[in-house]
Amino acid sequence: MAGSSVSVDYADAMITTPIAAGDWLIVAPSLITMLGGALCLMLRKHTDLQPKLGITLLGALVLASFALLVRVLDHGVITMVMGNWLPPFGIAVTADALGATLTFIGSVVAFCAGLFGMKTVSNSGRRYGFYPFLLLLMTGVCGSFLTADIFNLYVWFEVLLISSYGLLILGNDRIQLDGAVKYGVLNLVGTNLFLIATGLLYGIFGTLNMADIAIKVAELENPASGTLATVAALYFLAFAMKAAAFPVNFWLPASYHTPNIVVSAVFAGLLTKVGVYALIRIFVLILPASLDYMADIFGLVAIVTLMTGALGALAQTEIRRLLGYLVIAGIGSMLAGVAVASNDKVATLAISGAIFYAVHSIIVMTALYMSAGIMNMMGGSYNLRKLGGLYQKSIAFAGVFLILAFAVSGLPPFSGFWPKIMLVDAAFKDERFWLGAAILVSGFLTTLAMGRIWIFAFWRGGPEGTPDGQSVEVSGSSQADLASGAIWLPLGILTALVVYFGIQPEWMIELSTQGASSVVDPLGYIRSVFGEQG
Amino acid sequence: METGVTVLIGLFFMVAVYLMLSKQLVRILLGIAILGNAVNMLIFTNGRLTREIPPLIPAHLYTPETATANPLPQALVLTAIVISFSFFAFLLVLAFRAYQELGTDEVNKMRVAEPENDQTPPQGY
Repeated sequence: MAGSSVSVDYADAMITTPIAAGDWLIVAPSLITMLGGALCLMLRKHTDLQPKLGITLLGALVLASFALLVRVLDHGVITMVMGNWLPPFGIAVTADALGATLTFIGSVVAFCAGLFGMKTVSNSGRRYGFYPFLLLLMTGVCGSFLTADIFNLYVWFEVLLISSYGLLILGNDRIQLDGAVKYGVLNLVGTNLFLIATGLLYGIFGTLNMADIAIKVAELENPASGTLATVAALYFLAFAMKAAAFPVNFWLPASYHTPNIVVSAVFAGLLTKVGVYALIRIFVLILPASLDYMADIFGLVAIVTLMTGALGALAQTEIRRLLGYLVIAGIGSMLAGVAVASNDKVATLAISGAIFYAVHSIIVMTALYMSAGIMNMMGGSYNLRKLGGLYQKSIAFAGVFLILAFAVSGLPPFSGFWPKIMLVDAAFKDERFWLGAAILVSGFLTTLAMGRIWIFAFWRGGPEGTPDGQSVEVSGSSQADLASGAIWLPLGILTALVVYFGIQPEWMIELSTQGASSVVDPLGYIRSVFGEQG
Repeated sequence: METGVTVLIGLFFMVAVYLMLSKQLVRILLGIAILGNAVNMLIFTNGRLTREIPPLIPAHLYTPETATANPLPQALVLTAIVISFSFFAFLLVLAFRAYQELGTDEVNKMRVAEPENDQTPPQGY
């Protein structure tokens, strides 16, 4: 063969400089969880070993993602290209402040869920793979937050989706199968829509690298043209479905209350936010021109989603279903931020509000589902008519629940207050008064729904029918578990974060502002992918 | 050639949407299987169809001499086929288990997770 004698200049096609040691952190979150998940799967019959191994790996994930966040804050956006091929040909993995922040917060929540699962997941649940699925779910979540390739994003979405199927049917109850059918079918249709849009986008631009597409879209003469508008509409529908925004939200309240409570907690925290993240990434970074003419639709969907979530929560008797609707209301707030981002003057404020809200919502929704699980352990039911007298059982837990209730309603001094201020401020500056009003009204209705849980589950003396002024000793489903630190430690960590972000919001505001500016002004992101000359 | 394939893809989407709008879970799943194939063909066509010119580079050159068939959509479609196939297999088993447990494959009658006559929350305080 003549090939061996030809001298080839690799610098034309490949990155020849060695990768900085710290940049390997970008792939660490996906790598730790993927290899760790495989290891856990091989050891799945050792049910006593599973939690130790799973929690250690999730702890390593928290450390790695924190180190990545610190590195991104020090060095700016960092990129690693698979196989060292020059972009746009190699698949790029890029960490900016937005992706790194969400990866870190997501890892913390997964770690807490791993701890909580020690008591709530039975031995058979461990044998059927709770920890492997949780780790693989995190592979998908972290991969989605860090990839800079749009087809790669689809693959990570599928990784997290198939792991979520595994978690959802863990236990194999009738109600779970019913919920999983609806969740499974609708989410698969959602990812197929995402794939259609990606195929069309590839047909238009011939590239899948997000930074490359962003450059090519910016060069277009008529970015509102028909084909690109179709792509934008499909992306909006696909990710709105993932995020459970109004017209396509029905899978969420149908399925989130069916699995083990810790699985509900992880889903409520993470899954819908990945959809919102993708909306921010696609519409603010890649297709800003499409966002301009779709802003009114975004705003309208946001308002209706906010109202659906809040009113749906008011109509529920089952605490887990009530919380499911509150997840939807939170999605409405984040969508409001994306809608306002079409106005360049307030784009950074609006997107940083949306990012902060996503962080807040990830933490507080997980914590609320965990406290619902504890209410069931103490009071023996998830039904508001059957609960009561929990205040007498544990004053400290009642206090924690009150903090979370204030936070999710957006009342000061907890974490929900600041992002809501930023979002309402941005909406008013953009003169979208209805949007700002909807956020506030939805917060008010959420306060009512949470107040109802507080009054009936905590303050009332006992279940329905207990006379006023008297108290009944209620018995829960698993009193023994309540003495365990594995129940209280994760709830404590998450509540501490809620309080910390409420009282000291500067760090998170700074982080989310950096994250917002990296998508609103994509120059740093594009330079990181293509090297300084790009 | 693209035009002909596009019409075929349109037919696939039509059939898929029609099947997915029905009430029987089995028909919905068949619709999803066809939808997956429609999407794969759509990606393939979006890479432009070029016949009989494989993307081979002669030994003395860095780039192919003429325009060749695009290999990237084939890689994308292969990924998508594997994913949609495994999801379809999972959903088939799930649907069968759901049929065993719930005794129906009509989605309107699957009301275990969201019962029809649900209690309202307590009103008075």
